[in-house]
Amino acid sequence: MRRVLTVLLLLGAAPAPHVQADLLLTTDAPRLADYGLFDAAGHPAPGVQPYTLNTPLFSDHAEKFRFAWLPPGTKAEYRASGALAFPVGTVLVKRFAFPADLRQPAKQLRAIETRLLIHRPAGWVALSYVEQDGGAVLKRASVKVPVQFIDKAGRAQAIDYAVPNQNQCKTCHQDGEAITPIGPTAGNLNGGLFGHGENQLMRWAASGQLAGLPAGGWPRLAKWDDAAEPLDSRARAYLAVNCGHCHSRGGFASNSGLYLVPEETTPAHLGVLKRPVAAGRGSGGHEFSILPGQPDKSILLHRMIASEPGIMMPQFGRALAHDEGVALIRQWIAGMEIASMPAPAASAPAATAAP
Amino acid sequence: MRMALLIALLASSSLAQAKMIHVGPGGNAQEKLQTALIEAQPGDTVHIAAGRYALADGLSLDVDGVSVKGDGPDKTILDFTAQKVAGEGLLITSDNVVVRDLGIENAAGNGVKSKGSDGIALVNLRVEWTGGPKSTNGAYGLYPVSSKNVLIDRSVVKGASDAGIYVGQSQNIIVRNSRAEMNVAGIEIENSYDADVVGNTATNNAGGILVFDLPDLPQQGGRNVKLTNNQVIANNHVNFAAPGNIVAGVPSGTGIMVMANARVMVENNHVMGNNGSAVMVVAYTQAFTDQAYNPLPRDVSVAGNHFMDNGKAPAFKGGKEIAAAVGGTLPPVLWDGITRYAVPGGGGEKMAEGGINSDAPGISLNLGLQGTPATQAKPAPMQANLVVSTRPAIVLPAALEARAK
Repeated sequence: MRRVLTVLLLLGAAPAPHVQADLLLTTDAPRLADYGLFDAAGHPAPGVQPYTLNTPLFSDHAEKFRFAWLPPGTKAEYRASGALAFPVGTVLVKRFAFPADLRQPAKQLRAIETRLLIHRPAGWVALSYVEQDGGAVLKRASVKVPVQFIDKAGRAQAIDYAVPNQNQCKTCHQDGEAITPIGPTAGNLNGGLFGHGENQLMRWAASGQLAGLPAGGWPRLAKWDDAAEPLDSRARAYLAVNCGHCHSRGGFASNSGLYLVPEETTPAHLGVLKRPVAAGRGSGGHEFSILPGQPDKSILLHRMIASEPGIMMPQFGRALAHDEGVALIRQWIAGMEIASMPAPAASAPAATAAP
Repeated sequence: MRMALLIALLASSSLAQAKMIHVGPGGNAQEKLQTALIEAQPGDTVHIAAGRYALADGLSLDVDGVSVKGDGPDKTILDFTAQKVAGEGLLITSDNVVVRDLGIENAAGNGVKSKGSDGIALVNLRVEWTGGPKSTNGAYGLYPVSSKNVLIDRSVVKGASDAGIYVGQSQNIIVRNSRAEMNVAGIEIENSYDADVVGNTATNNAGGILVFDLPDLPQQGGRNVKLTNNQVIANNHVNFAAPGNIVAGVPSGTGIMVMANARVMVENNHVMGNNGSAVMVVAYTQAFTDQAYNPLPRDVSVAGNHFMDNGKAPAFKGGKEIAAAVGGTLPPVLWDGITRYAVPGGGGEKMAEGGINSDAPGISLNLGLQGTPATQAKPAPMQANLVVSTRPAIVLPAALEARAK
């Protein structure tokens, strides 16, 4: 590090950003700038590549900008399910910003926080840097940032945007005991950069940063908001991204038996006619996670609509309901065939005793 | 004492650096507490001094070997009345954690939850919804799930809209000397293996102590649960659970209920003044599609309990008629008499392995096949049969017990 600085000084150049690979591997830097991932104007350093996802997580309408940096000469390994296997040294970056008006998402962006997932030899580490006067600083405990914006309907919205604490990072990014990336799966990267560019998997493979990409047969997660795609694919993609990180067999909600990952095929585990286990009042008085044809009698939709802790899902990461996501899942459940209703419940004493 | 110290020394290689992190009341409680819980190192104790801490977000601990200690359940109070975020008051996701001597009030969701912990002791805690029993209260008071080596000791839970003390999908469990009142279910052991529920008081809940198993879950086949020396008294509270939840189907007036478990021992409890059934033994009542699931209660023994003044006014459908047929009061044990089930997807029929034994009078509804409606009941007295278990008590790691003293 010192040598790099010396070289720069000798050259007399303005310090161009330079990714501090050793620092990333060893140290939770107090300031984001210490890692050299971006220049002062926010432009990524050489090698810090943007990527986009077909279906992103809803975060109270925040605009999110994603980047990946792999140590020079290293490659990620293709995986058909779950995140690609990124080499040690990788850093995945997600920057959160709010536009003043959601109808003009590229204008007047206010940066809020930058989250890093760093792959260290002992595993992935999650860090969050919150914008304060003069730059982004490391925050391990949760921080609330008051945010105002005009929503798509032209209404003024004011929220306490919640920067997750370190433990909350892990809650979502959990696979068994370990922390894992969520977004950059083959299926979710299988599309053009920003939707219209070159296919990202092909691009990463061509640049030598992705190994093992098969000739074909890559999974593809639908774009949740592309009406041209099949409803079922869009709904499953939305649920996979917004719920599947916890609702998986290795996730925080493994004990629920509700699994919303793209690979799941068992109707009961997808919520169809599945009774609640530990939902408590989160059930909203409904009997099933999904009652086919009856979105308003489905716990899953009830918890997406709710904004009250103890009921709302996801449990954190949003303060607002995602109206467009709710509409999609409503349409999906409404269109399900009702044929698969089970036989009526048996009526042994306990079942008939509901007061 | 010396031995406990020695055990603690052996158990904690980092004891030399173990430190006490003090947090006191006053401004910015949320950040102070959460920062302490994040920065604690294995072996450390986070001491939360007496006072009321108003919290708008949940707290969480993900560091192994940490103790979180207050100055007493009525002195150090974590107040979640204004909680805006998170599904529980305090969440623990690490191993060998002791939480003790705290009050937790009005959590939006669950009070204290542990997920995936190996070694979790919840000691001398008070979890309470202070507005009394309401369906809008949080679901569980103390809620270890998918955990191993679980101790709940000398704690009190009041007002949970599901179960006060709920241990789910866990293994090697002791719930002792605790009190659950004004919850829907007092104490519930669900989809769990190897549990002792001993010396507790469950009173004024809708159901006192439940031992359940449910389908479609990663851990099922609940078994080896022993309930001893508990006071199960007047659990006649109206059932205020949100409909849809399994406990919403528990009839008010239930003392002890065993559903779809194997090797359950109900011994030497005092079961009094429960208007419905003192002990109810039933199969899972709903249709299910999980081929690995066994909905039957089997190998259940009820022995040596002191029953008094139960079964006077059963609230469940058909209960009054059954009571009338046997002289106006239900005997202590009510069994649905379900002994076989059809494996879903045409997997044939399976029989219960191990019967239902009681030394106290009981009635079987003789329903036979799982799913047979209660309207087809052929109630008949059960033959009294004394079966006393010889299984040894559950033992937890000595180091955990020492820290929980």
